[in-house]
Amino acid sequence: MQDFAQEFSLALRLILTGDPDLWEIVLLSLQVSLTAVVIAAAIAMPLGAALAVLRFPGRRAVIVLINALMGLPPVVVGLLVYLSLSRSGPLGVLQLLYTPTAMIIAQVLLVAPIITALTRQTVETLDAEYAEQLRSLGVSRLASVPTLLWDGRLALLTALLAGFGRAIAEVGAVIMVGGNINHVTRVMTTTIALETSKGNLALALALGTILIALAITVTAAVSALVERGEGAEVRHA
Amino acid sequence: MTRPWFHVPLGALAVTVSLAGAALAADSFIVVQSTTSTANSGLLDAILPEFTEQSGIEVRVVAVGTGQAIKNATNGDGDVLLVHAKPAEEKFVADGWGVQRFDVMYNDFVLVGPSADPAGVKGGSDIVAALQAVAKSESVFASRGDDSGTHKAELRHWGNADIDVKAASGGWYRETGSGMGATLNAAAGMGAYVLSDRATWISFGNKDGMEILVEGDDKLFNQYGVILVNPEKHPSVKAVEGQTFINWLIGPDGQAAIADFKLDGQQLFFPNAE
Repeated sequence: MQDFAQEFSLALRLILTGDPDLWEIVLLSLQVSLTAVVIAAAIAMPLGAALAVLRFPGRRAVIVLINALMGLPPVVVGLLVYLSLSRSGPLGVLQLLYTPTAMIIAQVLLVAPIITALTRQTVETLDAEYAEQLRSLGVSRLASVPTLLWDGRLALLTALLAGFGRAIAEVGAVIMVGGNINHVTRVMTTTIALETSKGNLALALALGTILIALAITVTAAVSALVERGEGAEVRHA
Repeated sequence: MTRPWFHVPLGALAVTVSLAGAALAADSFIVVQSTTSTANSGLLDAILPEFTEQSGIEVRVVAVGTGQAIKNATNGDGDVLLVHAKPAEEKFVADGWGVQRFDVMYNDFVLVGPSADPAGVKGGSDIVAALQAVAKSESVFASRGDDSGTHKAELRHWGNADIDVKAASGGWYRETGSGMGATLNAAAGMGAYVLSDRATWISFGNKDGMEILVEGDDKLFNQYGVILVNPEKHPSVKAVEGQTFINWLIGPDGQAAIADFKLDGQQLFFPNAE
């Protein structure tokens, strides 16, 4: 068996000494996944909230569908995005295949259902609690969306982090639409897949550990920011 | 004043979008659809910087199996095709998807397997006889099963050995449906025989209990070819830059760079452009 400790210390050294190749990969991973989560949230949060407060025929079916889409297989999303962005595909003229943008598009599709479904759940619970109060103040169902979103911000943060976790961890979609091109579209997960296929299992595992550490750092940083924000709010209240 | 936390992600968006713009702003590049053996062995990483320096053209390599590389190129998702399945390459050109095919280099396939060698093929140089022995002893064989160049070669040898592997699929014949490295990892895990190109095998880091058992058969010859994707089929093809790359690869500088690439003191690819 290969020496994990040795490979891990190598990976750690590469990170700490600022190895440009590894840092490029780490930063691209963050750039792609954070952008995807922000874009997905901008679409999914209002959508999820609207779904929670509005009543229309087929609403149940839409909710079931979105819940099911949380389990979208990345490789299927990758295939759909590839077929769309391929030069032979409908969006081929945009020349987006094998770019970070293509990877962001794929991850938005993967992340948006998760944030939509979790937002819907959160806002529906809040709506049940405050609906009467809001109606008595003359606030329409749709107009209550921003208030409810704001009120549920802590739970929604978890939705965002769930989306980020999905994005930063997936490999099936980004390897297909990004192509794992060195210095262009190579991210942490595709690097791990590549090193595994080269039989460098210990190095792959070490990179995996760095990826997990990265996810923990981002989650902790966001949580800390929120707590600070909450603290400020209490002081100013 | 409240401090909405969602300002943070919006700030991140501004930063990330501007970064994405910078990453896309490369001036001159081509996309080469190639195989895992050329990329994962380190060959392309070793020789491409020299070309980029001379020409100012960046080469972006997508490393997939030959079958997928050809399909991607047929879709117009690449400017140059660098693969190893001559009949499929000739068909690609004959069907009008490629301009012209050039020989670039060769190496060979090897039959790798567990050192314990349950089929008793060690030291042989006849791939057909070896595969017959594997089938007869029903020793586990890991196949790529992914329409790659190596998979096509393997199926040719089974055909020559007159063995119907389809019937054994799921039994002793196991199709991994994945790349060379993943299949080698699977073979290591199962104690299976596997056909590999020599470059991937030499550069493979998880040899664990496996070794080359059969090599040196003329039938194991593995030729690589390069083709410019036809700009008449796909106007987006960067024909000038792509042909510049091909000319370099089959010219004296590229051929010398290929010959100079060594791993553990072994030459992995042998230039043979005409």
